[in-house]
Amino acid sequence: MTTSNEPLLSVQDLEKHFPVTKGLLKRQVGAVKAVDGISFDVFKGETLGLVGESGCGKSTTGRLVTRLLEPTGGKVVFEGRDITHMSQGKLRPLRRDMQMIFQDPFSSLNPRHTVGTIVGAPFHIQGVQTEHGVKKAVQDILQLVGLNPEHYNRYPHEFSGGQRQRIGIARTLALKPKLIIADEPVSALDVSIQAQVVNLLEDLQNELDLTYVVIAHDLSVVRHISDRVAVMYLGKIVEIADRKRLYSSPMHPYTNALLSAVPIPDPKARADGDRIRLTGDVPSPLNPPPACRFHTRCWKAQDICKTVEPPLEELASGHRVACHFPENAPEPAPKTAAATS
Amino acid sequence: MSESPFLDVKDLKIHFSTDDGVVKSVDGLSFSLERGKTLGIVGESGSGKSVTSLGILGLHRGKSANVSGEIWLDGEDLVTASQEHVRRLRGRKMAMIFQDPLSSMHPFYSVGDQIIEAYRIHHKVSKSVARKHAIDMLGRVGIPEPKRRVDSYPHEFSGGMRQRAMIAMALSCDPELLIADEPTTALDVTVQAQILDLMRDLQREFNSALIIITHDLGVVAELSNDILVMYAGKCIEYGSAEDIFYRPEHPYTWGLLGSMPRLDREPTERLLPVKGTPPSLINVPSGCAFHPRCPYSDQTDGQSKAEIPALINTDPGHLVRCHLSRTQRRTLWENEVKPVLETQ
Ligand SMILES: Nc1ncnc2c1ncn2[C@@H]1O[C@H](COP(=O)(O)OP(=O)(O)OP(=O)(O)O)[C@@H](O)[C@H]1O
Ligand SMILES: Nc1ncnc2c1ncn2[C@@H]1O[C@H](COP(=O)(O)OP(=O)(O)O)[C@@H](O)[C@H]1O
Ligand code: SF4
Ligand code: SF4
Ligand SMILES: [Mg+2]
Ligand SMILES: [Mg+2]
Repeated sequence: MTTSNEPLLSVQDLEKHFPVTKGLLKRQVGAVKAVDGISFDVFKGETLGLVGESGCGKSTTGRLVTRLLEPTGGKVVFEGRDITHMSQGKLRPLRRDMQMIFQDPFSSLNPRHTVGTIVGAPFHIQGVQTEHGVKKAVQDILQLVGLNPEHYNRYPHEFSGGQRQRIGIARTLALKPKLIIADEPVSALDVSIQAQVVNLLEDLQNELDLTYVVIAHDLSVVRHISDRVAVMYLGKIVEIADRKRLYSSPMHPYTNALLSAVPIPDPKARADGDRIRLTGDVPSPLNPPPACRFHTRCWKAQDICKTVEPPLEELASGHRVACHFPENAPEPAPKTAAATS
Repeated sequence: MSESPFLDVKDLKIHFSTDDGVVKSVDGLSFSLERGKTLGIVGESGSGKSVTSLGILGLHRGKSANVSGEIWLDGEDLVTASQEHVRRLRGRKMAMIFQDPLSSMHPFYSVGDQIIEAYRIHHKVSKSVARKHAIDMLGRVGIPEPKRRVDSYPHEFSGGMRQRAMIAMALSCDPELLIADEPTTALDVTVQAQILDLMRDLQREFNSALIIITHDLGVVAELSNDILVMYAGKCIEYGSAEDIFYRPEHPYTWGLLGSMPRLDREPTERLLPVKGTPPSLINVPSGCAFHPRCPYSDQTDGQSKAEIPALINTDPGHLVRCHLSRTQRRTLWENEVKPVLETQ
């Protein structure tokens, strides 16, 4: 993987608090802290996976980064330019470079438009000239994503779920973006089709030198596709590391619990008694627990976890964790390791 | 003569007439299940899993549905039984857990009242006895503070708690057959793990026969004794969990295993998807319904396209529906498929 030192995307202390209002006067009575101060970098040519359970803020992060949502705090820097509060007019040329793929291949395509119109739209919106006309350009992209160029005049309902997701991918590729944020790109698809789309995303990355942020709740898919992985819990990143480290020596108790909960397709694995089982559900982001947000479900929690928020610290090279009592922590003491890396 | 199985489904067909033609959702399905055992039914969406489960519960009667075959439950054929009789069996002898508990619970009644109601249909007890039972059941499925939560409404519960309440409701009448259709698909993975543990424990305790329906091979591996793989309304492979995971013989089963990234193995370079898309159930492909997607369809002397393969025994208790010879299947698995699945 070709990664340079300059991040393509840099996110610093990013925050999105949705106001919760009540009554006719829309008095604000609270805030959903959907994303609550997260920082990460994405380097050119790599795939960053973003995992976590429902409602932890993955999609909101994707929408903030692509500026489909306005951040309430923090910074988004793309190719060295601060785009956090850039006006829509100024953003427009940047929209070519940053595209989003959505989860639901059914609702994200306009049913009244042909495939040609859908995939060709970005050319028209951005006023892009093409060498042999838009139609030829669109047909080339259709071919690239494994659809038949003759599908140009067909409508979305004539396609299967996997094919619709390919149409969605074709549309995002039209303008040769640099960064693609894929929000659950395969979770609505059948297993056999999931694998086809995962392979397609990988092929396109190699061919077109794309950078991905892949948002998913399926930890197996994320491991397969990512170079680095960030784990979110209630609006925070609790751990981020390269995929090998994250899956082989996860340090945050929540990451350990998540991995332990994945059902293993092997009847022998069933006997395995020492799996970690969390109790209860994820608390509401309206009222997240103070300090370490995971302390209400964590089996290692001590008093300090309820009073002092653990910072996201680098405990091994490229491996950052927010926990007072991490698992698999490298010796010598964490602080020294952080200083030398 | 040995005693007949607790649940015995024979040549079950469930077809629907629609404007576009006849949908053969379930097309000749046979399997049996004993008390205390778990059968996993896997298949991709539209392969007929839910139609099968609703069919067993007798929920397809009338209108456009055409049900044929036999469903023997504890010595009674449910296909020929009166609708009234099957209705009485539902809840008492057999119960179902659905994917989406919200849609199967009444929004205006408290969770407790719904359990009490269900219990009193089949048990002549006073309201307060039934209420004690409801509280007891909610506690058993791990709802915290059941005495207080018994009066909550479904929308006041989280997804995981609703699924627990649904299980409490299904189990409140101590059913001998429990069908769970994608019981954890809508849940987060940590909650899914809790629910799977719970179902395993309760089944042991109640000794009921359990059918778990899912598209997730991980989930079936966690719970099942036997596994039935469905494709286009038919069983294409049936065997013990060990048969299906360690010595599968059907090319579609191989495809499912190759499509799936696995956390329990070294990461692979590439997934091995099944090519193409699942078939329409109105115009099912000729011969073996899997032939347009099967990499080996040219190794059967043209039979794959021409003739529907029979479901045959390849080993005791292990059935396969494929025209390849047993030797061909085993050689392919050992030499071509297994090495790629395990080493890549
Ligand atoms: N427009 C909004 N107004 C208020 N709250 C919102 C809004 N959008 C999202 N939220 C809340 O923010 C939190 C994070 O939502 P988000 O969609 O980012 O979760 P997610 O991690 O993508 O979850 P999933 O895996 O279910 O897609 C949730 O509690 C959600 O209810
Ligand atoms: N009432 C109905 N009328 C017509 N077709 C139906 C009906 N119910 C289900 N089907 C069709 O039967 C097939 C199998 O459906 P189902 O059992 O729900 O699949 P799954 O395996 O995903 O649970 C699908 O093609 C579905 O569209
Ligand atoms: S800080 Fe404490 S509560 Fe939080 S994850 Fe670490 S050990 Fe658990
Ligand atoms: S019968 Fe033919 S097409 Fe069907 S699975 Fe066997 S080899 Fe493949
Ligand atoms: Mg989301
Ligand atoms: Mg279904």
